[in-house]
Amino acid sequence: MTAARQARVRPSLRHTLVDILERFGVLILAVLLLLVIPFTFDMFRLGLAAKYLCFAFPAVGIVLIWGYAGILSLGQGMFFGLGSYMMAMFLKLEAAANPDSSSGTALAAFFGAAGLPDFMVWNSVEKLPIWWEPFHHVWIMIPAVVILPAFLAFVLGYVNFRNRVSGVYFTIVTLSIAAIMAIVIIGQQGYTGGINGITDFKTFLGLNLDTDQAKIVMYYITVLLLLLAVLAGRFIIRSRMGRVLVAIRDQEDRARFSGYDSAMFKAFIFSVGAMFASVGGALFTIQVGLASPSLVGIVPSIEMVIYAAVGGRVSLIGAVYGAFLVNAAKTFFSENFVEYWTYFIGALYVFVVMFLPAGLAGILKKLRGSDSRRAGSKTESN
Amino acid sequence: MLVLQAFTGLSIFTVLMLMALGLAIVFGLMGVINMAHGELMAMGAYTTYGTSLLFQAFFPDLMGIYFLVGIVLAFCTTFVFGYLLERSLIRFLYERPLDTMLATWGVGLLLQQLYRQFINPRPVSVPTASWLQGVWQVTDSISFPMSRIFIIALAFVTAILVYLLLYKTRWGLLIRAVTQNRGMSGAVGIDQNRVDSYTFALGCGLAGIAGSSFTMLASTAPDTGQAYIVDTFIVVVFGGVESILGTILSAFIIGEIQAWLGYYLSGSMARAGVLLLVIVVLYFRPNGLFSTRVRR
Repeated sequence: MTAARQARVRPSLRHTLVDILERFGVLILAVLLLLVIPFTFDMFRLGLAAKYLCFAFPAVGIVLIWGYAGILSLGQGMFFGLGSYMMAMFLKLEAAANPDSSSGTALAAFFGAAGLPDFMVWNSVEKLPIWWEPFHHVWIMIPAVVILPAFLAFVLGYVNFRNRVSGVYFTIVTLSIAAIMAIVIIGQQGYTGGINGITDFKTFLGLNLDTDQAKIVMYYITVLLLLLAVLAGRFIIRSRMGRVLVAIRDQEDRARFSGYDSAMFKAFIFSVGAMFASVGGALFTIQVGLASPSLVGIVPSIEMVIYAAVGGRVSLIGAVYGAFLVNAAKTFFSENFVEYWTYFIGALYVFVVMFLPAGLAGILKKLRGSDSRRAGSKTESN
Repeated sequence: MLVLQAFTGLSIFTVLMLMALGLAIVFGLMGVINMAHGELMAMGAYTTYGTSLLFQAFFPDLMGIYFLVGIVLAFCTTFVFGYLLERSLIRFLYERPLDTMLATWGVGLLLQQLYRQFINPRPVSVPTASWLQGVWQVTDSISFPMSRIFIIALAFVTAILVYLLLYKTRWGLLIRAVTQNRGMSGAVGIDQNRVDSYTFALGCGLAGIAGSSFTMLASTAPDTGQAYIVDTFIVVVFGGVESILGTILSAFIIGEIQAWLGYYLSGSMARAGVLLLVIVVLYFRPNGLFSTRVRR
């Protein structure tokens, strides 16, 4: 009797231990982001930290999509870009409506096109395009940032997954769409700002974004939303749905034969990942003051995957550390020896894939010697 | 004008086709996507450039044939590099095709930066051999540059050689056997590791030839390869992965559409339009336009 009970209790005890450690993980992250960083970093570094954390949003999404559902998207930049550009359109229209806040607007008023973003005036676009109109209103813009990319991702995902376009093929589809979006943004300069992106806005709902106070507030909003994303991701993973996703990742046919609509599950998680990326993009634009095609195309999209890979592709918290560390390294290289950054990131791709497929979280798991049979820790399968 | 546009399409087509052939063979055989394929093309282009410099310095009298030597050297360089890459990296990742994409992307970035640092950060171009400088005057208004006719011929010769290699030689037989049934071909004693290595190297070598012919069309920059890689994927997927003829036809269609659209729209919008078109086609034919296989 006692032996049987021990046999039953021991693994569950170990699981609880891992669970506690994992719960600690979020707490440690929260303490680091909410207390340690704001009180030890100066304003400049805090701004950088906020920027890095914006990239953690797509990374957390990639953990859900790639780590748990086995779908590698090399096009998260397009969702990041969608959020980023929708925010930028709103901010730009606000800047254009307030003649004091933007130098281009005086010019616009001079040409009789007040309320028009400056780059449109330069490109002799005379009327605001109709798809810009809704972004006059903040209460349209914010829901659009959250819902629109998720909706598009759901449609894209469902259509492809139902058609059994998966694996490498789907990866190429995402890659191509990200490429298309960057090409179109650069090509349609009059409507999108072209290669320069959309920039030069100072206020959000009349509040000056350049003050220290605004920056600190925005930092905290970013951190809270990021923690919310991590918790939401964890909720999904630990729910029944998370287990179905892992089953689909490991044996899609079997899951389908068991009666699960695998296309629906995959499309859902893909749209969640897109939503996270979009929110990250919007927060990026409001804090960095820029929406640029250089954050949309192939190169940034693939870079977002490496954030998740460095942190550990099945670790939501790891993705945050991954995004932070890789971006910190990027800043370090660009401040010191810019030409070696490409070597570094190139070698990082090779190194992580070859020697560290479970990322930083994998190292931690090994150190703790925790049970590797848990659903989330199976890293070999794609 | 329309004829000229069609001819421009043919030039795009040759580079795309040579790139896509290499990628399709590798992908068809091993299910591996080589994201560094574009950089291998650039490697071939730089090898050709290097050959032209060598000839200029040491055998100025033989400048006429430098390009032919360049093609061979480009093939050899990328073949050897591909072999080493397969042995040192790719072979460990066959079980994880998505990870291979990331690792080879990293290799591509490393190569790009090496070109930038050690060759030239700015675009380089090669001199055109005298016998390629002429123009074939068809009518008063229509003329085709000889260099382009040459690379089109080169592409066709290469495609035929690849076809012969795959379908008429023993090595080709081994490749096809492994492609069709990996388990069974192992059971009858085919050394799959060797077949994999050499096939991967062959795919890379084809990228090298593509790079050579690319130098005839435009100048080569460190990130030239990256600009072509998405188009190449699209060609491969569009054509259906396991069919050589499908790859050639899809390269032709995509090259032509791009050239024609480019006549009406700007170049970049034409590219976007083609990519979008292919994605839509893929929805209806998930295994590619020329695939005969039922869906898995």
